[in-house]
Amino acid sequence: MSSGAILNATGLTKRFGALVVLNQVDFVIAPGEAIGIVGPNGAGKTTLLNVLSGAYPPSAGTVNFQGQDVSRLDAAERNRRGIARSHQVPRPFGGMTVFENLHVAAAIGGNLHGDAASARCIESLELCGMTRLANRRAETLGLLDRKRLEMARALATGPQLILLDEIGGGLTDGEAAELVKIIRAINGSGVAVVWIEHIVHILLQVVTRLVCMDAGRILAEGDPRAVMTNPEVISAYLGSSAEAVS
Amino acid sequence: MSILKIDQLECRHGLLVAVRGISFSLAEGEILALVGANGAGKTTLLRTIAGAHKPAAGSVWFDGADVTGLRAHKRVQRGIALVPEGRRLFTDMTVEENLKVAGAHGRKGAWNLATVLEAFPQLKPKLKARAGDLSGGQQQATAIGRALMTNPRLLLLDEVSLGLSPLAVDQVYASLGGLMGSGTTIIIVEQDLSRAISVSSRVICMLEGAIALEGASTSLDREAITAAYFGLHRQSEHAG
Repeated sequence: MSSGAILNATGLTKRFGALVVLNQVDFVIAPGEAIGIVGPNGAGKTTLLNVLSGAYPPSAGTVNFQGQDVSRLDAAERNRRGIARSHQVPRPFGGMTVFENLHVAAAIGGNLHGDAASARCIESLELCGMTRLANRRAETLGLLDRKRLEMARALATGPQLILLDEIGGGLTDGEAAELVKIIRAINGSGVAVVWIEHIVHILLQVVTRLVCMDAGRILAEGDPRAVMTNPEVISAYLGSSAEAVS
Repeated sequence: MSILKIDQLECRHGLLVAVRGISFSLAEGEILALVGANGAGKTTLLRTIAGAHKPAAGSVWFDGADVTGLRAHKRVQRGIALVPEGRRLFTDMTVEENLKVAGAHGRKGAWNLATVLEAFPQLKPKLKARAGDLSGGQQQATAIGRALMTNPRLLLLDEVSLGLSPLAVDQVYASLGGLMGSGTTIIIVEQDLSRAISVSSRVICMLEGAIALEGASTSLDREAITAAYFGLHRQSEHAG
């Protein structure tokens, strides 16, 4: 599998002082794959995303993307090579329109200009269902539309891999269903998706492989339903059922 | 009569709706365990009951009175005390000062410096220590002691075990043992499900700001709570 992989990370470790947040993690992503990441608070999920996207350099281990070692490249350079991400708290350029926000992404992350940039922006808007909002100032958007913009902005850079960090939080059921539709469409267009999410039931509607992390390591991975019913996974969230309680 | 009634409570953080129209009530002396994943709305709910977060809609009733508009310190005087997530002690003050500050602003009652130290004997040798220099377990004991010094009728305990060693968790629960069953109404947020079930009389499992499951602790099994916790029953509803 690793030979055809779009991303192949081995022995990824991240320390903050004495604290080991990511401990020897191996992670492989196939082209066009949809992978979910779950795990209790402090498991290392966001740190894994940060090390994959280049927000932090790893303390040890390597990240290979499309056959090249990108471990020492910063986030902007990895973005230009095809890794995009969304953040837990969307931070668009509030005073700019939705379209302008995308244009910045297409130019800086996608190295596109003029008509080519505009065409990419239009495509990204359509995929995220926000064409009608193209001329709205970003600061006037509601929560779901901000999340749409966060994904459209990542798409405008032309990624082969998109990393989504808890994009489902705070949405109503109807909005969450809308979000699921968009992420399916992004994945359906051939972009590999890695999605960290606490709202498990929406995650399971999209991903075909689920990874559960705990204490900086991968605790279980595989078929999403099997992972979510794995006793070790349940114990990581809710404590052990066998544990004696005084 | 119920000591606490939450009616159609909705709480927001900016654009994000953290608590979505929740209603429940608690009888005096009940111990409610609140469980749920990250982002389910547990902390926001506790903070809103304590008056530390202003709700967007709905009401909080305490002892028959609508306290929704009352500020946090006024609720403390009526008998609501919060032990916040992360303890939030006055770190530059001593343990004794932390406890006495609370005692000076709460209700009169059985809890005072002597009785708190009796319940948390691990604090006795640390009275003059700076709160910021304590271990996690000692800080949690101080935070709970500080809440007790206000002589609460309703004690809200947020993430009691978070960041503590297993030994420290056992110690804190051993000290809480006397309190539970003493008539004080308690809402406890606890990630360890076995412990949450064993100390409580009732469990509410929250999911995405709403109540996903509620029942007497003795009537709910681990599988049912786990399914509600992850919202696993919801997947088939949305599938397609």
